[in-house]
Amino acid sequence: MTDTTLNIEKVRGPWADVWAQFRKHKGAMAALVMLGTLAIFCLLGPLVWRIDPNFIESDTVKMFKMRNQGPSFAHPLGTDQLGRDMLARMMFGGRISLAVGTVAMLVAIFIGTTVGVMAGYFRRIDGLLMRLTDLFLALPLLPLLLVMIFLFRDPIAGVLGPRLGTFLLIVMAIGLTSWMQAARVVRGEVLALKEREFVLAARSIGTPSRRIITRHILPNVLSPVLVAATLGIAAAIITESVLSFLGLGFPPDFPTWGRLLYDGIAEIRTYPERVLWPGLAISLTVLSVNYIGDGLRDALDPRIRGR
Amino acid sequence: MPEPLVKVRDLKMHFPIHAGILRRKVGAVKAVDGVSFDIFEGETLGLVGESGCGKSTVGRALLRLYEPTSGSVVIGGEDIATLAPDALRKKRPTMQMVFQDPQASLNPRMTVAAIIGEPLDEHTDWDEAKKTERVYELMDQVGLNRRFANRYPHEFSGGQRQRIGIARALALNPRFIVCDEPIAALDVSIQAQVVNLLEDLQDRLGLTYLFISHDLSMVRHIADRVAVMYLGQIAELSPRDALYAAPLHPYAQALLSAVPEADPAVEATRQRIILKGDVPSPANPPKGCNFCTRCPKVIPLCREEKPRLSEVQPGRFVACHLVAANQDTAGGHASPGPEVREHNQQGELS
Repeated sequence: MTDTTLNIEKVRGPWADVWAQFRKHKGAMAALVMLGTLAIFCLLGPLVWRIDPNFIESDTVKMFKMRNQGPSFAHPLGTDQLGRDMLARMMFGGRISLAVGTVAMLVAIFIGTTVGVMAGYFRRIDGLLMRLTDLFLALPLLPLLLVMIFLFRDPIAGVLGPRLGTFLLIVMAIGLTSWMQAARVVRGEVLALKEREFVLAARSIGTPSRRIITRHILPNVLSPVLVAATLGIAAAIITESVLSFLGLGFPPDFPTWGRLLYDGIAEIRTYPERVLWPGLAISLTVLSVNYIGDGLRDALDPRIRGR
Repeated sequence: MPEPLVKVRDLKMHFPIHAGILRRKVGAVKAVDGVSFDIFEGETLGLVGESGCGKSTVGRALLRLYEPTSGSVVIGGEDIATLAPDALRKKRPTMQMVFQDPQASLNPRMTVAAIIGEPLDEHTDWDEAKKTERVYELMDQVGLNRRFANRYPHEFSGGQRQRIGIARALALNPRFIVCDEPIAALDVSIQAQVVNLLEDLQDRLGLTYLFISHDLSMVRHIADRVAVMYLGQIAELSPRDALYAAPLHPYAQALLSAVPEADPAVEATRQRIILKGDVPSPANPPKGCNFCTRCPKVIPLCREEKPRLSEVQPGRFVACHLVAANQDTAGGHASPGPEVREHNQQGELS
């Protein structure tokens, strides 16, 4: 090696390495493609498949003929019990489900990580925050969600409009009731990490607490956070469908994957495909997110990277 | 005599013990219990003692990584123990630490350049190019290839990792470095390299070290003066040659008798002093001298009164009633016993 190579090799950012390692993880790449396809299907599909998901034939006789059809060229996934096109409903439902899953997961992870790091790092507020976490864990979640939505749906819908209002309320409600596991796991990790010598070394350098947290603690609690996040997306999609099923989520004519699933369950014996499609979509989303999380965790850990 | 760079006076570090349902304080582990010493500019003070005697706690309390219970640590004219957080942060560059376990003291998710550059990020407003230049300079100083800058700690051997730790400690041109058993986790062949590097850096940069170790031979090699600790207190603080030739404190004698000799003829005649019993709990130290439960030369006074660390010979400080008695009463003491007389002769040899 000559001197020029020594000088050329500048201190380079870590993201190039991360992406290089991520691409090596076959499962994660396949999952990324799968999730991308699902997202494109939901976001761009309606531009191609221009059938209104809520369109019901106004002529009663025609409507009855349209009901419960199997796959055909006019309706590739068939129609539901009111003669609405399933493909269009899947596309629109996916938008809501993916958005709710992602945003609610982000809210839960943000709260959970913040509480966990604060409780683990600052001994003084540890007791308070963990009792708060226990309190939330002890609450029966479904009744709590129902009460929250029952109380706040109309005021928020009045301010932000029914769609955005319901979306925000559901996302916040799910996020606010599912951060506890993440907080506990993160706190445990932080308690172990802050006794490690590199944190002590950072303190001896004079690094203030906030930068010790962002520079040394957070990158090292990434693995449990990512695991919690991938599980969180799945849980959020399911919780949203539960709420929709109970009539407290989005309005009944508003399709989401969870809603379609519950609508299909009533007739699972005669029309199993109507449960199959939304179920498959939810499963594929959860599976992809899991694999992506797995690949991301490996790619972000320099000890695994390059193996 | 010049003003010492580091002046430690009556440093105490007690860790509270909480118990019961209400987590009330029921006592304290007296990890460091009244330690005083000076370190002069450019010298190396060795701090030795067995596991759990408070060596590392002294080192950490000195840099205020722990909040000392009481006492003062004056470094370069400022009392570290009571400094306000902002002033302490500004003071940090003058005092740094090299840690025991090079694996644990480096963040596994940061590159070498980021680790060595962290002190620069915190205390300078240099631009990236200047920081990179300084990082390369430091890597040269500790003998690391510049091409390793983008690698992660797990890709290095133990000795190389310790070099990274040393480079980080040197980044801000400190005057005083606490070396907390920097070689304990390394192979013997690597230990020599790291110690030589530390000595070399001391010569070039005029550093002052507090060298904490339980490796007595290594301390003999690197230290100018040596403090022997037992159960949170200093038993003896003497110049290196005097201590190794003739330790005065019974504990120092026992400790040094454990050092193997390289010469087989000498090794064959080496008399080991085997101490009986265990170290008392630092939560409940003995009433008198901390060493009285195991001391082979114990006298009744030892169980009653704590000996003070006093200068018994020029430059030699010992905390022992037997040694002090010799000085004060000049033989007029009522029959100290044969062991004590023999001990005094040993002391006078040096």
